[in-house]
Amino acid sequence: MELVLIQILNGLQYGLLIFLAASGLTLVFGILGIINLSHGSFYMLGAYLSLTLTSLTGDIFLTLLLGVPLAFLFGMLVEWLFVRHLYGRDHLQQVLLTFALILIFNDLQRMIWGTRPHSVPIPSYLKASIQLSDVLSYPVYRLAVAGVCVVLVFCMIYVIQYTRIGQMIRAGESNREMVEVLGVDSRLLYRFVFAAGVALAAAAGTIAAPIDSVYPGIGEPVLITSFVVVVIGGIGSIKGAFFGALLIGLADAFGKVFLPEFASVMVYALMAAVLVVRPGGLFGRV
Amino acid sequence: MPISETGLSRRTFIALAGAGASSLALPFARPALAQAQPIKVGLLLPYSGTYAQLGEAITRAMELYLKQQGGKLSGRAVEFVRLDSEASPPKATELTTKLVQGDKVDILTGPVHSGVAMAMTKIAREAGVPTIVTNAGADQITRQLCAKNVFRSSFSNGQVGLATGKAMVDAGIKNAVTMTWKYAAGEQMVNGFRDTFTKGGGKVIKDITVPFPTVEFQAALAEIASIKPQAVYSFFAGGGAAKFIKDYAAANLQASIPLWGPGFLTDGVEKAVGAAGNGVKTVLHYSDDVDNAENKAFRAAFKEAYGIYPDVYAVQGWDAMQLLDVGLKAVNGDVAKRDELDAAMAKASFKSPRGPFRLSVSHNPIQNFYLRELKDGNNVLVKTVVKEFPDLTTGCRLAA
Repeated sequence: MELVLIQILNGLQYGLLIFLAASGLTLVFGILGIINLSHGSFYMLGAYLSLTLTSLTGDIFLTLLLGVPLAFLFGMLVEWLFVRHLYGRDHLQQVLLTFALILIFNDLQRMIWGTRPHSVPIPSYLKASIQLSDVLSYPVYRLAVAGVCVVLVFCMIYVIQYTRIGQMIRAGESNREMVEVLGVDSRLLYRFVFAAGVALAAAAGTIAAPIDSVYPGIGEPVLITSFVVVVIGGIGSIKGAFFGALLIGLADAFGKVFLPEFASVMVYALMAAVLVVRPGGLFGRV
Repeated sequence: MPISETGLSRRTFIALAGAGASSLALPFARPALAQAQPIKVGLLLPYSGTYAQLGEAITRAMELYLKQQGGKLSGRAVEFVRLDSEASPPKATELTTKLVQGDKVDILTGPVHSGVAMAMTKIAREAGVPTIVTNAGADQITRQLCAKNVFRSSFSNGQVGLATGKAMVDAGIKNAVTMTWKYAAGEQMVNGFRDTFTKGGGKVIKDITVPFPTVEFQAALAEIASIKPQAVYSFFAGGGAAKFIKDYAAANLQASIPLWGPGFLTDGVEKAVGAAGNGVKTVLHYSDDVDNAENKAFRAAFKEAYGIYPDVYAVQGWDAMQLLDVGLKAVNGDVAKRDELDAAMAKASFKSPRGPFRLSVSHNPIQNFYLRELKDGNNVLVKTVVKEFPDLTTGCRLAA
């Protein structure tokens, strides 16, 4: 059935985008042990960077190349200023501080960019759309977004599994003291990981901006969905976040069409169901 | 690839994450200056979230009106007490109570969201504070729950729906799919539309709803494409509307299934959607190019003050102040005379940028409705659908 196939496409595309946003959250939580409520703000940062930089560079991919390093630097700054004081502390303190960051970032956003929704242009070479049925077309840019997400998934797997820095990250999260004794500066390592999380969220916000519109509070639904993904996938598991995000994407797409009465609770019902069967999440350790 | 081994149990994690996420919506009330003299006007409006720009537009117009009057109405200074409603109904009772009892406002205005309005007007009715609803279109406020001290400077959802349904019948449309957020405002806009549309011989094939405030529409667009109606009647607002129009155009649906809606679909987001919104037809009680002197003067003044042209929300804020001004003049600035103030506002009749403005017996505006078409980021006036059109007064005791 045509509608089912189109919904699978929609679900996968949406899921990949959620994954990009959620991967940073699960990475920071898994390795630093920090519950980062301000993660949605970094998605918002990406969206607004996309707005400003695209008006300067004129191309969303140039913006991505420029904006992600900027977000990375910003992440290092935030880690140095605030987050590094939270390692090993009570999670309540982490929640308080990162929640405060949300309020600060929201106000900064309003001061700098105002409250009107803005739109970011889709590059002309991706403006086309593919005819799916006699009246419905699918914008090529959405496929490009999915493509970028897939590329980033492979980059992440490669970095974590096969590079020296990935090795240090994995070692650091299982035994910080031992890694330090072996001569690795774990402070730098943690700063790198946090900044990478920020950069991933910002990357998601940046490439989603042309299909979304850019408006205040854009990151908050993303934060909540990301938490659901992290819980479904298993805390700290990138692989879990990946499959969790795809599940959420599909549940959302099908829920809206086939169970419209339950669409708003669909993803939470899915989360509850997963937790009943696998309390640690799909790929988590309990 | 599980890469985590932390001491935190998942249960704690979920609890903390949940607590954090839900506290996102805590009220961030700002303390108001305690001053005895000025008339205090409370503004319960969204300054954050998807409706933030609507709250700002209303506030700016109200401030502009006051500025033009030299900061005073009927010889008394006026002070605005702003509170962020966050468009969140669960917090509305607490926030309204804060304005009414904490700040002791003399006049209550706002909000944008109908759910917030329901809680706000409930308190207003009990406390007797003269109240002007500056946007929220919940039908009940000027139907079943109408009250002598509650007025509206905006519209009722049903009223806009009724007018849009009429315009679509006039355009020869025979069947349509409706699409909106699943919340009261959306349902009432659809019900009003259904009323005149079906009475005019049209057929509603399907009602599609998405959870508020979701902005992921692809799934619903696929469904519309599979139904292939003659037109889609749709209501979204703010950032959600911008995204919906763009998604609708990107799916190439606009070519074969024209998009219609109440004017809120396009107002305030014209520039954000740009050419993607070309051809979207909407009906509203205001259009940028309404041809009267008040509108021209208002637009020029607003543009000069804020660098952008006003939208319908700004007009509603402006008229809230015009209405209040009429009331205050009648009592010579003495806000303690609530009954006289209310009576004067109920009889108010003045020239608004939207055309003639007066109130029905249930205190909802009797006003013109305009058909507009979006062209390259501008809502262009096509024609006046209906002049001095009142809403139904179903169940209002004032109407009896």
